Amino acid sequence: MSAAILEVRELVKQYPATTAVAGVSFSVPEGSCFGLLGPNGAGKTTTIEIMEGILPPTTGEVRYRGEPLGQRFREEAGILFQKTALQDFLTVRQCLALFRGLYARGLEVEEVIRVCALDKLAARDTRKLSGGQQQRLLLAIALVNDPAVLFLDEPTTGLDPQARRNFWELVQSIKARRKTIILTTHYMEEAEVLCDEIAIMDRGRIIAQGAPQRLLHQHFAEVLLELPRQEFPAAARALPLNIIEASDKVEISTHDVEATLRTLLAAQVPLTHLRIRPANLEDLFLELTGTELRP
Amino acid sequence: MIRRLLSVLHARNLEFLRDRSTLLFTLLLPVMLVIGLSFVFGGPERPLFKVGVLSARLDREAHPFLHERYVDFVALPQEAVALRKLTHQQVDLLVDLHAPVRYWVNTDSPKGYIVEKLLLADVPGAARQPVQGAALRYIDWLFPGILGMNMMFSCLFGVGYVVLRYRKSGFLKRLHATPLSAFEFLSAQVLSRLTLILVVTAILYGGIAAIIGFHNAGSVLLLVLLAVLGALSMIALGLTIAARFSSEELVGGLLNLLTWPMMVLSGIWFSLEGAPRWVQWAAHVFPLTHVLDGARAVMLDGAGLAQIAPNLLYLAVTALAFLAFGAWSFRWRIE
Repeated sequence: MSAAILEVRELVKQYPATTAVAGVSFSVPEGSCFGLLGPNGAGKTTTIEIMEGILPPTTGEVRYRGEPLGQRFREEAGILFQKTALQDFLTVRQCLALFRGLYARGLEVEEVIRVCALDKLAARDTRKLSGGQQQRLLLAIALVNDPAVLFLDEPTTGLDPQARRNFWELVQSIKARRKTIILTTHYMEEAEVLCDEIAIMDRGRIIAQGAPQRLLHQHFAEVLLELPRQEFPAAARALPLNIIEASDKVEISTHDVEATLRTLLAAQVPLTHLRIRPANLEDLFLELTGTELRP
Repeated sequence: MIRRLLSVLHARNLEFLRDRSTLLFTLLLPVMLVIGLSFVFGGPERPLFKVGVLSARLDREAHPFLHERYVDFVALPQEAVALRKLTHQQVDLLVDLHAPVRYWVNTDSPKGYIVEKLLLADVPGAARQPVQGAALRYIDWLFPGILGMNMMFSCLFGVGYVVLRYRKSGFLKRLHATPLSAFEFLSAQVLSRLTLILVVTAILYGGIAAIIGFHNAGSVLLLVLLAVLGALSMIALGLTIAARFSSEELVGGLLNLLTWPMMVLSGIWFSLEGAPRWVQWAAHVFPLTHVLDGARAVMLDGAGLAQIAPNLLYLAVTALAFLAFGAWSFRWRIE
């Protein structure tokens, strides 16, 4: 395991009416992709903005390469915010040149354009880009200083599935260049595809942390049987099964599928729409919090 | 630091130049105002005489001449200023009613000729001192006001709303995530707007001089210095308003709160000579008043650096004070 490039120690962020982050600690190894997962309001954006040096913590600290965040961090960090507007009337190339001019070192603008597949859009007004193209430009801006650490705050929210997959490919190519990536998302699939390690946050705290597969193995030796909620009789809820109820479905976690099926048949539960699948990160979240992910 | 500053400066200039509607508005509005007002105010004058009285205040009981009808009497405490007004025919006659009574008349002024007869009917032995000088057209007096007004709107709204828009859209927050400092960002905004204002003002000055022609008795370099300091002071004032707030309504209200009193009290359209003393004093709080006082002194009276030094000093001090306050209170993001 590489040395930690970022260390988060006992972060707390309090606002007058609420505690957004309630004592969060973790470290991010250099060259890894670290995911912060959780529903809206979990505290992940506040945590990442404190890590980016945008928000001051109430207490606690963030250290970059063993030092408090400072000018070196600003020079070496690339950031893609959840929402960013750009200066009007600039083309993609001019926008990149503006940000390149703010850093002492970095990549040539043309190289960033090539890496982010913006060649055909370089002369286009930034206001005329589609959602996916805009995200690629924002990623290019985050890469313009050839950062050692890259923050991506919900980078694919609002993108169509194809644009999302294209974006993942881009992030994977950046990962391959040994960049450290901090990613927040509420798309579990995104975290499974991109992250080496994840921390699941809820109500300002980390409730689980580790490699995605290891966490799944820890929490789910079983498979999941999924049934539509409206087809699951009320009386069956009293059966001696590990039942997890979601808004539109009922899930039964088991490591003995045959015995569970026999129990369900005996209780006359309709099995026409039964689906059996392995557990994923969304199940893990449900297991840990007892609630569905709130996008 | 210079590189970062230049990057922001260049991008901001491109943004302005490509926003054609704003650019067109900035250039067209003052030209149309000057041409329109030159027609509106170019007609015959009202049949009213204006007589300057050398005195700190006007006491109508002090002398029978002050009871004359159809004559507007104005107290002028300083002889040099009063004589300058007489030379420009801004007053038709100047009198010192302390015994022995003396008066000055502009021999080039037809109205001076008539009002002199009125005075001599009341005070036959008054001592006559003739002066000469052509009348000042209203447009000559108005022209610095129009340029100053354009400068004021461009400085206050141009900078104030741009910074507010950047903050609301999250662009400032994005810049905050780079090594760019607040001082570098604000300096780039100030320099961008200053360059723009100087270029626009130079175009208007040259263009209107070619179309209508106007009187300039002083140094163009002094006018440039006045424009630089005046623009800096008003840009910095705009930044203090936009430094912290995120509400368009609030910032718009505050900017209007500043611009309307300046429009009325800084002497863009008319002189505050006859206004109460406290109003004249209050008007000198505004940077625009100092810009216009200085510009008119240079253009109409040929004033030099020494005469307008207090105006320049006031503009320089307020520019520094507003900039320091703006940088101190600046916020990158909505709080």
